[in-house]
Amino acid sequence: MGVAEIIFYLLALLVVGSAALVAFSRNIVHSAFALLGTFLGVAGLYVYLSADFLAVVQALVYVGGILVLILFAVMLTGRIRDVKVSNVSAGLVPGLLFLVLVLGLLSLLAFKTPWAASVPGAPVETTAAIGDALLTDYVLPFEIISVVLVAAMIGAVTLVRKEEK
Amino acid sequence: MSIGLAHYLVIAAVLFSLGLFIVVTRRNAVAILMGVELILNAANVNFAAFSRFVTLDVGGQVFSLFGIVLAAAEACVALAIVLAVFRTFRSVDVQRTDDMRG
Repeated sequence: MGVAEIIFYLLALLVVGSAALVAFSRNIVHSAFALLGTFLGVAGLYVYLSADFLAVVQALVYVGGILVLILFAVMLTGRIRDVKVSNVSAGLVPGLLFLVLVLGLLSLLAFKTPWAASVPGAPVETTAAIGDALLTDYVLPFEIISVVLVAAMIGAVTLVRKEEK
Repeated sequence: MSIGLAHYLVIAAVLFSLGLFIVVTRRNAVAILMGVELILNAANVNFAAFSRFVTLDVGGQVFSLFGIVLAAAEACVALAIVLAVFRTFRSVDVQRTDDMRG
């Protein structure tokens, strides 16, 4: 097993371990900070998938944007120190059964399905190719996602604005 | 054993099931949002993995990008809703927001 494999398994451990911490931590602040490990680990996985642009976007948008937003929400919703208030879980045992069932089914699918997998070539930089694809083949989804983003931002502003009588 | 498609699929499956577990068990709306983010991350990893091992072009990565944009939009709308719920109910417990229950 070479260095690349060892680093891959460490990344996988980071992703799975911190996701488990998010799921099972009793304190929601710990959950929020464990999310950082998951997002950065997934960015590392993107590097292994030779998706360099995607890795940087993951680090910028998830860690720099979404995680900060979630931390703001966690800190703003008050009484966070009290675990009984902040992070109550319901139905742990049925939840765990459900978790094992879904995980088993998905893993079975991943291993048993004869994917048409081929041996990938050497990693190439993908930024230019993604830019080309966005403005040729995927120009309609690109425009639609822009409209969705604007609509979401306007919707969020409208939702949190105080009502004026 | 070199790293293949199944490795990524299993990691994504673990992320997805943990996210689903959070959505099912947690009662704090912000914690549920974290679970949804894990699920979206799992989907994005799958897109990128299939793009690398099966289709061998950047199509899957482009859809991963769309997934990230949707996650950002979803996070900001969901947190706005959580804030509005907190103002109304003084709580973000999803089992106490039952005004519309018949």
